[in-house]
Amino acid sequence: MSNSAEPVKSTPWSDPTARPYVQIERVSKSFGDFKAVDDVSLNIYRGEIFCLLGASGCGKTTLLRMLGGFETPSSGRILIDGEDMTGVPPYERPVNMMFQSYALFPHMTVEQNVAFGLKQDRVPKSEIAERVATMLDLVKLGGFGKRKPHQLSGGQKQRVALARSLVKRPKLLLLDEPLGALDKKLREHTQFELIGLQDKLGVTFLVVTHDQEEAMTLASRIGVMDHGEIVQAGTPLEIYEFPSSKFVADFVGTVNIFEGKLIEDEPEHVRIRSDELGGTIFISHGISAAPEAIVWAAIRPEKIFMSTAPPPGADNVVRGAVQDIAYLGDLSIYLIKLPTGKVVRVTQPNTSRHAEAITWEQQVYLSWDSSSPVVVTR
Amino acid sequence: MIRPGHLRKVGVSGRGLVVALPYLWLLLFFVVPFVIVLKISFSDVDLAIPPYKPLIEWIGTNSLAIKVNFNNYAFLFTDPLYIHALLNSIKVAFISTLLCLVIGYPMAYGIARSAPSTRNVLLLLVVLPFWTSLLLRVYAWIGLLKANGVINNVLIWLGAIHEPLTMLYTPFAMYVGIVYSYLPFLILPLYANLEKMDWQLLEAAEDLGCRPWQAFYKITLPLSRNGVLAGSMLVFIPAVGEFVIPALLGGPNALMIGRVLWDEFFSNRAWPVASAVAILLLILLVPFMMWYQSVQARESAGAR
Repeated sequence: MSNSAEPVKSTPWSDPTARPYVQIERVSKSFGDFKAVDDVSLNIYRGEIFCLLGASGCGKTTLLRMLGGFETPSSGRILIDGEDMTGVPPYERPVNMMFQSYALFPHMTVEQNVAFGLKQDRVPKSEIAERVATMLDLVKLGGFGKRKPHQLSGGQKQRVALARSLVKRPKLLLLDEPLGALDKKLREHTQFELIGLQDKLGVTFLVVTHDQEEAMTLASRIGVMDHGEIVQAGTPLEIYEFPSSKFVADFVGTVNIFEGKLIEDEPEHVRIRSDELGGTIFISHGISAAPEAIVWAAIRPEKIFMSTAPPPGADNVVRGAVQDIAYLGDLSIYLIKLPTGKVVRVTQPNTSRHAEAITWEQQVYLSWDSSSPVVVTR
Repeated sequence: MIRPGHLRKVGVSGRGLVVALPYLWLLLFFVVPFVIVLKISFSDVDLAIPPYKPLIEWIGTNSLAIKVNFNNYAFLFTDPLYIHALLNSIKVAFISTLLCLVIGYPMAYGIARSAPSTRNVLLLLVVLPFWTSLLLRVYAWIGLLKANGVINNVLIWLGAIHEPLTMLYTPFAMYVGIVYSYLPFLILPLYANLEKMDWQLLEAAEDLGCRPWQAFYKITLPLSRNGVLAGSMLVFIPAVGEFVIPALLGGPNALMIGRVLWDEFFSNRAWPVASAVAILLLILLVPFMMWYQSVQARESAGAR
């Protein structure tokens, strides 16, 4: 996953003096006995694309709707650009939302849809026409102004919805699964368009998605949500390479997790005995955990090397038999069954067209760099 | 025994039969009576049984005379009674439709926005009056509205009034009866329309700066237009020709075309004039019915 498309070049979140643009302060929301959002605090900075990532029902949409003013927090408060939003109804918030269903007004043309918010604000007619035209050009719907929503394709509807929510120049744009209804190819294309548009307009985006690939591509930072809490917030790289828990490691990307016991705890290296692996894992950096503690070592499939001969000088080597192979073209996924019964997932790029093929049932050696595993304690 | 194969040989298929049935029904119970009424409307009055002269007559042995009499129609326009009654009927139907809309729209809206479990109960309550005959329900209103009826007694008991209000046999009572009887016909199609509404559109409107009532006016109302039209037609069309309610509740001054028709037919035994009134009423209502049909077609096509 490339991070070259990151629109935020600076990192305001690591600067303690920077003033956050959106401040979510200890916000909770309960529906009866169910806690949809549980004590969430989060700062979002100007010009960011912040993605809330989580499975359905994790509370991400509720959090988004509280920012839009459609739900009232049970406790806590939300500030946008320093202003407390408590008690401010949706129609008075400097925030616009792009709905997952797009919610285009079916009885209005594309132009009327986009102009709706400006008319509501009593913007002069000539200015409305100009801003609507500019916005439609920006989303590449120049000639579609007179059409009705039912005459548009899914991708076009999505762009009308985007234009309609951006034309009011909100301080914060909320996007609820913005690309969810598009097919894969269009989704990839639109992701980059969205980033380009955000860069051009400088609007702060808060995106809700369950699609980790979407989050990785779009986000300057990702907040992973689970059971109403933000379990980790960080850049896509931090989330992927330095997950703070088993849940994050497993939810973002795929990972092999080995449960084990800390048997050697030195400042510059540790050793973990894992019955699942059938051996010890050597890690070339210290971790903060009590000796003898149960920990989990998480290793990404692409960071495991596979060879038919024992690799010389590797710290971590295990043997296993190829159980399954999935050829994806650019890379192949191998499922390797260890003698302990644990199945390890390995991905290898297909760098050569005529590589010596590894086949089913073949005995292979797996090895990884001692810096590759991430050790998590929960 | 006739087997399907035999029928098919003479060009009768199952599908054809199914389609033919409603047409046969319409022919027997709509077209034939209509033609009879049309025929009578062009006849002369006669003191006989039936009380009109035949349209087609044998004169002598070899000639057939068709006598078409336009006098009945001409009469409708010379005596101001008929036009007056017709205009009054339209006025009453129009006001009743408006009242039904004012009362029925919030009800339909409320039902459509209620939780699915309570929705069915509310819908049942709307159609519940249909379980009793219309006539009985209108009679019940007499008991409620009359001088020593339930409403007056309660108001006097509460001390709100000292003398009973005259409600029965007034236009007020007639409107109460019509609005009460036809309200479900407005609520049901309107509910069916509102129930399909995507309520997220209202959130989108609020997000773009609409207060809730503005969102209603700009989004809900235009999108429910077909439901409003369909419901209004279902009230307006039968209300124009309404006879029972004005006769029972409206008193002697409630001049409605349905009542005129009744009087001509039964009191005056002027069948031809009564038929002419019926035909005139029909001609007047056909455009509204066609409008209703086109609204229905649009509604089921899903285009707004």
